[in-house]
Amino acid sequence: MPAVSKGDGMRGLAVFISDIRNCKSKEAEIKRINKELANIRSKFKGDKALDGYSKKKYVCKLLFIFLLGHDIDFGHMEAVNLLSSNKYTEKQIGYLFISVLVNSNSELIRLINNAIKNDLSSRNPTFMCLALHCIANVGSREMAEAFAGEIPRILVAGDTMDSVKQSAALCLLRLYKTCPDLVLMGEWTSRVVHLLNDQHMGVVTAAISLITCLSQKNPDEFKTCVSLAVSRLSRIVSSASTDLQDYTYYFVPAPWLSCKLLRLLQCYPPPEDGAVKGRLVECLETILNKAQEPPKSKKVQHSNAKNAILFEAIALIIHYDSEPNLLVRACNQLGQFLQHRETNLRYLALESMCTLASSEFSHEAVKTHIETVINALKTERDVSVRQRAADLLYAMCDRSNAKQIVAEMLSYLETADYSIREEMVLKVAILAEKYAVDYSWYVDTILNLIRIAGDYVSEEVWYRVIQIVINRDDVQGYAAKTVFEALQAPACHENMVKVGGYILGEFGNLIAGDPRSSPLVQFNLLHSKFHLCSVPTRALLLSAYIKFINLFPETKSTIQEVLRCDSQIRNSDVELQQRAVEYLKLSSIASTDVLATVLEEMPPFPERESSILAKLKKKKGPGAVSVELEDGKREGGELNGGGERGDTPAMSASNASTPSPSADLLGLRPAPAVGSAPPSVGSLLVDVFSEGPAAASAGVNDDGFLSSAPPPAASEEPAPPLPEAEDLLNKFVCKNNGVLFENQLLQIGIKSEYRQNLGRMYLFYGNKTSVQFVSFSTAVSCPGELPTQLNLQTKTVEPLIEGGAQVQQVVNIECLTDFIDAPLLNIKFRYGGALQNITLKLPVTINKFFQPTEMVSQEFFQRWKQLSQPQQEAQKIFKSGHGIDTEVVKAKLLGLGTALLENVDPNPENFVCAGVIQTKGQQVGCLLRLEPNAQAQPGEQMYRLTLRSSKDTVSKRICDLLSEQF
Amino acid sequence: MIGGLFIYNHKGEVLISRVYRDDIGRNAVDAFRVNVIHARQQVRSPVTNIARTSFFHVKRANIWLAAVTKQNVNAAMVFEFLYKMCDVMAAYFGKISEENIKNNFVLIYELLDEILDFGYPQNSETGALKTFITQQGIKGQHQTKEEQSQITSQVTGQIGWRREGIKYRRNELFLDVLESVNLLMSPQGQVLSAHVSGRVVMKSYLSGMPECKFGMNDKIVIDKAGKGATSDEAGKSELGGSSGKQSIAIDDCTFHQCVRLSKFDSERSISFIPPDGEYELMRYRTTKDIILPFRVIPLVREVGRTKLEVKVVIKSNFKPSLLAQKIEVRIPTPLNTSGVQVICMKGKAKYKASENAIVWKIKRMAGMKESQISAEIELLPTNDKKKWARPPISMNFEVPFAPSGLKVRYLKVFESKLNYSDHDVIKWVRYIGRSGIYETRC
Repeated sequence: MPAVSKGDGMRGLAVFISDIRNCKSKEAEIKRINKELANIRSKFKGDKALDGYSKKKYVCKLLFIFLLGHDIDFGHMEAVNLLSSNKYTEKQIGYLFISVLVNSNSELIRLINNAIKNDLSSRNPTFMCLALHCIANVGSREMAEAFAGEIPRILVAGDTMDSVKQSAALCLLRLYKTCPDLVLMGEWTSRVVHLLNDQHMGVVTAAISLITCLSQKNPDEFKTCVSLAVSRLSRIVSSASTDLQDYTYYFVPAPWLSCKLLRLLQCYPPPEDGAVKGRLVECLETILNKAQEPPKSKKVQHSNAKNAILFEAIALIIHYDSEPNLLVRACNQLGQFLQHRETNLRYLALESMCTLASSEFSHEAVKTHIETVINALKTERDVSVRQRAADLLYAMCDRSNAKQIVAEMLSYLETADYSIREEMVLKVAILAEKYAVDYSWYVDTILNLIRIAGDYVSEEVWYRVIQIVINRDDVQGYAAKTVFEALQAPACHENMVKVGGYILGEFGNLIAGDPRSSPLVQFNLLHSKFHLCSVPTRALLLSAYIKFINLFPETKSTIQEVLRCDSQIRNSDVELQQRAVEYLKLSSIASTDVLATVLEEMPPFPERESSILAKLKKKKGPGAVSVELEDGKREGGELNGGGERGDTPAMSASNASTPSPSADLLGLRPAPAVGSAPPSVGSLLVDVFSEGPAAASAGVNDDGFLSSAPPPAASEEPAPPLPEAEDLLNKFVCKNNGVLFENQLLQIGIKSEYRQNLGRMYLFYGNKTSVQFVSFSTAVSCPGELPTQLNLQTKTVEPLIEGGAQVQQVVNIECLTDFIDAPLLNIKFRYGGALQNITLKLPVTINKFFQPTEMVSQEFFQRWKQLSQPQQEAQKIFKSGHGIDTEVVKAKLLGLGTALLENVDPNPENFVCAGVIQTKGQQVGCLLRLEPNAQAQPGEQMYRLTLRSSKDTVSKRICDLLSEQF
Repeated sequence: MIGGLFIYNHKGEVLISRVYRDDIGRNAVDAFRVNVIHARQQVRSPVTNIARTSFFHVKRANIWLAAVTKQNVNAAMVFEFLYKMCDVMAAYFGKISEENIKNNFVLIYELLDEILDFGYPQNSETGALKTFITQQGIKGQHQTKEEQSQITSQVTGQIGWRREGIKYRRNELFLDVLESVNLLMSPQGQVLSAHVSGRVVMKSYLSGMPECKFGMNDKIVIDKAGKGATSDEAGKSELGGSSGKQSIAIDDCTFHQCVRLSKFDSERSISFIPPDGEYELMRYRTTKDIILPFRVIPLVREVGRTKLEVKVVIKSNFKPSLLAQKIEVRIPTPLNTSGVQVICMKGKAKYKASENAIVWKIKRMAGMKESQISAEIELLPTNDKKKWARPPISMNFEVPFAPSGLKVRYLKVFESKLNYSDHDVIKWVRYIGRSGIYETRC
């Protein structure tokens, strides 16, 4: 930069600024500025041209006023004039003003671009740099449009000065970041890579930023940079601290460049060329070696620079994950940092170790630092460091040290920071389950967890413990004993009561032999907590009571007493009241055999992916990443009893999976109870229970843990249509819109419209859960000879449905000729790892292509008679399903698509309709008569449906379809 | 109640800090400085809420007075107190300036102790305060027990604003009616809004404990008197009722604590025992039948993009015998003004760039006259498409009458114990009408 001569000091500007600084109040400042603005305006207005110096001075003042927060709406022209000056200072001020104050003003932009172009094509490097800086500072789309082609040329031109190259590289990077579409790759890309070999370190540093950014988008095009980067890196690493002179920072040679090189290498897999790889390994070793050397300076900058390179190197080593030797060395190096004075270093060390722990080569090495990490968890003052320590403990945990780690985490939990408690609880729960050798230890751990941090124990955790206790009979007795003891504490967390209620309800009998935990004692203990609990827990406890009646008949009267009292049987909460009433009746009416059947011990749960693990993954945190990493790497191998319990993803996918864990795992099964109830008392019982499932599915969705019927086999083949598919189809004969299908996961809505022989159907897939569906796919197929009759076109849907989201699919339908079967819709997706496979019938029926036809009585009967051949007529006599309501029938007939003809039939009670079915090939006229006998007794009411059409199959099909509707 | 009171200079340095309640900590001082005095945007609201603490501030010259509280206080009360405090300080040491506050900080702390107790405002009557807070150092040694008890009984007594045993050779009384008239007028001369806010300020030098009665041409009183008179002389009352100028309708008024409000409520007569020295007897506001002393007729013409021609005529609208003073007309200029030429018939006019306005000053002007100014404004073309907002032309003046039409009918003084009568008192009455916000759109 040329030195600023003394004469350019701009005294006026200095005076103005000092005036502003000396203003005592805001008002005075504004006054001074107004005065100055008026002065500048009159100067700019003046007829005689200003010289460059005063122009510069006034533009500078305007800039200063703008930076003070005032609007500047003039002076742009003067600034643009400054750009064409030949003096550096004037040009510089002009560019400064432009880059600070430019807006997309059409006239000026052209002038500015012109000036920049002139400067770029000048041979003066300082001017070129100024222009490049201006482009980068403005960085707007207009700039990119104008110069994106020019800059790469400057960058790779052989005769460009180093400083200009540097600026050009950074300018291009900026443009690429704002408008990647405008910066086109071309022949210059290969030459940019060779800038890595440039003599000038500054150019290399600037170019490498550009290359890193570009190679993240197009890794293949920049592949050659790897070997260049490695050789550059080795040159720097092997150089002595004095070799690089200007680029040595506190005795560290080119630290920024080294870091950038290492980061660039992290974009690529390990080099395949042996020589290159050897050289790189050598470099990394040297870096690790250097870390061991005594520091050359006590200054913090020296160690910072050195450590920056070291951590980048370790990140690269972890990224490659192929050099056991290096990984172990890195781990040891990090181990040293774990006890370093610097908090930042300890944090970084813990963070890097988390990723190291997931590598099979260094896992053992990481484990040696367990004591230090535990210590860090306990004594660190900074919560973020403690969080990292907890993450690392989780990552390094395996069967050998699980007990120790879980115990330490549990003890830490009591004092843990509130922000990380929930995550800690999940981690403890997962580790305890994953590495449990002895399930009594597992039960102890989880119960402790609930005791210590009950509020932070999510539903999933206690669902899981119950699933495990139920599935493993060796631990049931112990679990019952432990929860019984835990419940004896005067203040229990509600989650503990839930677990207690469930386990005692199932396995209370296992400890009933001990007089200290006799059935009545157990019951009283549970009931003492009853009034302190929320509604869902109370509901669960009520179910536990009814189980008690089955387990211990001697408690029957006591429990019935409890159920009968007003606070239960007249509870204002519908759910509780219903349970109380039903359980009371069940216990008093059903025989012991029935009770034993109904209240049988819960069958083992189907194995599935641990719901808590899913939850932890959902929590997007640094910890979660390592969990996934680790799961990926150690799949099947380390998992506890992976094979025997079928816990691996592959197995759990093939197992049927129940979608959402229920809040009440006791989910009563009403159906068998009805079936096995003695007929004599059955009628009352039937009434009670026929309400049951409806309420359960409508109100308390989570109650249907067992009654929900998931698709039986979730294989890759499309599942056979659901048994209710035919019914679903019938629902849509007379209507076009509605909900086609709904279960706990998915809701499918339909909206359709038909015109002539064409139709369009919108399918809406709604995710009812909070978890996303992955690899969601749908397929519409036509079975049998349908493909020749119906032409269906669908668009594919997004493979991902976020929790609570809805996606839409359009199906275009063309009716070629009349048809009978309905097309099939197959839906496949993964929910929580398990494949869901559902097949439904698409409600496309022949009547959808009806075109209503109006006609008078005479005309109708004339045509009726024309279609008098026996095969043209179809007739059905059937019982009315819902009684005869004229309005309903009319609505249904209109929904069918035909025209309802009034005053045609001599008997006004009869319904007469006419329509034409439009197919591609032909049109089929269709006449319909529906004769109800409304006078008959309710229950005896019948319909006679007669259809006549020009095609026998059509008559038959519509007759079939319609007869199901009434 | 007020938790604390701080006084800052313009830089935000604390000059006086008095905390009355524990809920206000030291950090409140900084909070106000950071959020109000040094705020990026100028804070316009006089009440600022920062972290559940309310700050009420007034600014006098370069001095900030801030009352702080954590409770939900009556904001009007707090401001009344702050204004009162400004009056008290002005009465003790003149102008409120950084210099004066620094020189009198002991006195100010003494005053603050007296006029606020645990955040509750106490007697803030200057006359009463001056009896026991003096600037002559501690008087305690010289005060006899009697004197002390006298002060106590007076301050705590029924008439806390006046002590007994005042004696003057000449019983004198000065009455000032000070009004400020506010106006917003459309370019066509239509009044968009107008009101007068006035004060009756009294300076009394009377012996003993005189009982005073003040009468003015309040419409309600006049009408009542008129009704009473109908039985006697129907013609006279009709005459009084027909001329609107005779009486004025007061929208609302407030009184000094010495006025007997019960009497005002029942008879609408203003009777009181006045404090000694200067005080404000009442404040009032009127909106009907206002005499507008000046009419401004603007004419603005835009000639192309770079020129603006402005012509403004002012007409005085009062008796030709009266003289208006200190007349100042302020004509705003666009923000891109690059030059101004002004020609005026009377007074002096100048373009003030620092205020973005042409300021036209006339020293004196008699009633029923008119004067005009014309200006040519050159503009610099800008790339900003924003149109000039044309702010209103504002005006300042001072006239020797009350624009509301208020007249003092009588001020009677009765002193039964001492033998001087109403006739012996020398009374002076003066009317001053000033401009408040007196604006005409152009």
